Amino acid sequence: MSAPLDVSLALARGGFRLEARFTAPAAGVTAVFGPSGAGKTTLLRAIVGLERARGRVAVGEEVWQDDAAGRLVPVHRRGIGYVAQEPALLDHLTVAGNLRYAARRTRGGRAPEEAARLAGVTGLLGRRPRTLSGGERRRAALARALVAARTLLVLDEPFAGLDAPARDALLADLAGLVRALGVPVLLVTHDLGEAVRLASHLVYVERGRVLAAGPLAELLARADLPLARREDAGAVLEAEVAAWDAAEGVTTLRAGGLALHVAGRHGAPGDRLRARVLARDVSLALDPPGRTSILNVLPATVAEVHEDPDGPCVLVALDCGGPRLLARITRRSLRRLGIAPGLRVHAQIKAVAVVAP
Amino acid sequence: MSPDDLQALGTTLRLALVSTLVLLVLGTPLAWWLARTRARLRPAVEALVALPLVLPPTVLGFYLLLLLGEGGPLGPLWARLGGGLAFTFEGLVVASVLYSLPFVVQPLQGAFEAIGERPLEAAATLGAGPVDRFFTVALPLARRGLLTAATLGFAHTVGEFGVVLLVGGSIPGETRVLSIAIYEHVEALDYASAHRVAALLLAFSFAVLAVVYGLRRRR
Repeated sequence: MSAPLDVSLALARGGFRLEARFTAPAAGVTAVFGPSGAGKTTLLRAIVGLERARGRVAVGEEVWQDDAAGRLVPVHRRGIGYVAQEPALLDHLTVAGNLRYAARRTRGGRAPEEAARLAGVTGLLGRRPRTLSGGERRRAALARALVAARTLLVLDEPFAGLDAPARDALLADLAGLVRALGVPVLLVTHDLGEAVRLASHLVYVERGRVLAAGPLAELLARADLPLARREDAGAVLEAEVAAWDAAEGVTTLRAGGLALHVAGRHGAPGDRLRARVLARDVSLALDPPGRTSILNVLPATVAEVHEDPDGPCVLVALDCGGPRLLARITRRSLRRLGIAPGLRVHAQIKAVAVVAP
Repeated sequence: MSPDDLQALGTTLRLALVSTLVLLVLGTPLAWWLARTRARLRPAVEALVALPLVLPPTVLGFYLLLLLGEGGPLGPLWARLGGGLAFTFEGLVVASVLYSLPFVVQPLQGAFEAIGERPLEAAATLGAGPVDRFFTVALPLARRGLLTAATLGFAHTVGEFGVVLLVGGSIPGETRVLSIAIYEHVEALDYASAHRVAALLLAFSFAVLAVVYGLRRRR
């Protein structure tokens, strides 16, 4: 494996300060995630080189910027495929012309025909950008970026402004696409579901600062990050399909030492997939619940308890002999059950969502 | 039209054509710079470019006459080069270029500004360097502005009078243009000839403006 994406940048503009320091793997998708206005797009533009920040940026063996060494590679020599939030197609060219524009200037890039097929725009090649819908424009820009992406593919909110069907279709296509791509992908999103669906790595940005960066499953299982206070906080498990019970319609997943039962058929035995267990769907009991309709009841040990000073709930991190789970319970339950680190409990999981592939 | 007037028409078209070409070559990079620079010098340069819009043509003509003539401050230079530019076709081109500069630079600058950063940034990420971006993105996207600039520059040069009178005089085949011809016909009380040339210029100017506004509508 080649050297990872290594970013260390600082920028001040008006009242806004960006201080970003993180590394990400040289393959797969890294989601740059955070609330709106956190500076995600500015960070992305600074990495691409469209915004002048101070510091150092390296991708693999290529050092794009190193102010200490007086090195700055101009944007057009970086081999980046970049899809801006408002995709800027060249209006004086057709979609095919846009792809050729990139192909003529990229050595060792993807062929326009292949990129068009991957992005699903083969039928749009003869069209002018002005005649395309929002979703079509996004796909055309994606195809063009696939041609140009020699070292890095950068997607800034690729689903913003799309209606639900267009968004779901693009999400499904992207999920398949990025796995087959030979270059790392940086994805900016403010939607945790999109990050969970597509990314293996997470960079969490808030108010211009990178608060945490690491494997997505690891970060989402932490109770101490602001991430855990979100309504949709919860653990993400990398699982393998262990069995399919056709009679009862239940799939069994295995994640580390953990067995989870999910209603419905998901993949085939042996398939790798990703499951999400939201903290609000996990409740705790001191005694085994006995007969219950809940499919998954796991013996667990309380690892950490994090109070949210602003809300009535607390977040409990659980060790269940596999990857960590998170549970959100009320402060009242915490007190009445005497829940504290080290306590043995039973985690009742009301829902498991299979999010990928 | 009389042979003299036809010759004046030829001189006018030649002058307008050469001036427009020079204006495009000089005005396009100037407009590009004005559209993109954040230099503090910019308002001053913009004001300088716009001066011919408000100055009486005689003011510009007077200073140009001094500069281009052999008796002026550049006299020694002209003497070494073998003669000044006052009362020559080349002198008229210099005067026309300065006089029509705002009509070329302003529409171009507006067109370049309307493109915005985004297509240029996109082109940069696709591997296009600055010069490449200018020719393959900025110019094609500003083509309407380019056409407007060329048309206005040409038409305005055809229509100039005061500057020509001072800098060029009225040398047949060299500096006698249509507007001068009209002036001379009127002075000689030959209203019929004046009518013919004046009507021609009127029709031409109207047609040019109609074309320019037609282009604008199609945006």
